[in-house]
Amino acid sequence: MKRPHYIALALVVLLTLILLNLPNRVTARLKLGIGSVFLPLFGVAGSLQQMEAEAGHLAVPRSKLVRQNETLLHQNQELRLQAMRSQDIQRENSRLRALLGWESRQPWKLKLARVVLREPSNWWRSVEIDAGSRDGIKKNMPVLTTQGLVGRIASVSFLRSQVVLLGDSDCRVSARVENKSGETGIIGASSPLNSEIVEMSYLSGTTDLKPGQPVVTSGLGGVFPEGIPIGKVIDSQPVDFGVASVARVRLAADLSGLDEVWIVLR
Amino acid sequence: MNWVHTTLVLGSALLAVFWESAFNGVRHVLGAQLDLLPPLMVYAALKTDLKTVCLLAVLGGLWFDSLSVNPLGVSVLPLFVIGLAIYTQREVILRDETFAQLVLGFGASTLAPVLALLLLLTIGHRPVLGLNTLWQWVVMSVGGALMTPAWFGIFDWLRRTFMHSRVPQASLRSNREMRRGRL
Repeated sequence: MKRPHYIALALVVLLTLILLNLPNRVTARLKLGIGSVFLPLFGVAGSLQQMEAEAGHLAVPRSKLVRQNETLLHQNQELRLQAMRSQDIQRENSRLRALLGWESRQPWKLKLARVVLREPSNWWRSVEIDAGSRDGIKKNMPVLTTQGLVGRIASVSFLRSQVVLLGDSDCRVSARVENKSGETGIIGASSPLNSEIVEMSYLSGTTDLKPGQPVVTSGLGGVFPEGIPIGKVIDSQPVDFGVASVARVRLAADLSGLDEVWIVLR
Repeated sequence: MNWVHTTLVLGSALLAVFWESAFNGVRHVLGAQLDLLPPLMVYAALKTDLKTVCLLAVLGGLWFDSLSVNPLGVSVLPLFVIGLAIYTQREVILRDETFAQLVLGFGASTLAPVLALLLLLTIGHRPVLGLNTLWQWVVMSVGGALMTPAWFGIFDWLRRTFMHSRVPQASLRSNREMRRGRL
């Protein structure tokens, strides 16, 4: 190695050390600044996707669209009836809560967002969505699909936000198994072999877990509201000499095929 | 015209990082995303100068980290170490041989994630690791190996398209001309 090689190596090592030791707030701003280089590419990719979708629409036969429309109309009517029933139940719930002197529950405000980017490295589970602080998104807001919980907002910029998905070590959720005992535990890292399966730990050793039992958010911890579906129990095994047990949970939401997600704005 | 070459390499790095984030066909099929920066670094280390290697490591690494949960700067050092190691040995490498490109691409793509993960674990982060990671590592290594000759092919085409080539020296030179007749 020659002298310029050593100088270049020293400079790069110095730069890396400086960057890794910057405060989190500065790093987040730097990331946003550097990431803005990709903004024109987002525009191009968005236009291409739109063109592709429009070309796809032209290829769909009219009879198929009519059939789809009829199915959607039926579904719409069913959902309207369910909504009417839900409103009635909600009114009853609010009245009973008022009688007991409990605080009434606020309905969720939801914001739809499109997944625009996925994590380029293979050792994190995150996606980027096209909604940011401009749309009222804040850090730690829950993100879900119609199937169930997806993750939480990790960082927010003006136009985009980063979502840490379930199974990442940075996304832990307090969860409850919907059985008689209502056992609570923590949803943590994903299974070593399958990213669609996560581990639920800190369950008591005497818990009666059965395959297929639903797992929902417990509402403890203050980040995720209560009752959002997470998945279903696959199996459980005792750990720490039977004092505690760990369950494997298959996630309800398909994290590998996310296109659109809902953010709970509270 | 060296700056054109550097610009082409950096532009390709930008597009490669964007592709890794925005297009997920390979991820859906193979369960892991390819990393195109280590094969590009192999090309830069064999065909460009030290300045381009440095710029590719710094800018490519920062662009990659800006779209990732990685702490900013984690990808810079692994890329540069790989680039510098190849650059210092490039006089003894048959750089135009496809087999050499494949082997170097495989080595670079195997080493880059390992170095990045070691750096992440050293500074106290907890990436998602498991048996799945081994499969992802294999996909990244093999994919990187295959992408290295592809980068060489792409840049050969780009150089032919955007850069002028030297006019070959004529066999007839005026100072070597034999003059006949009286001096």
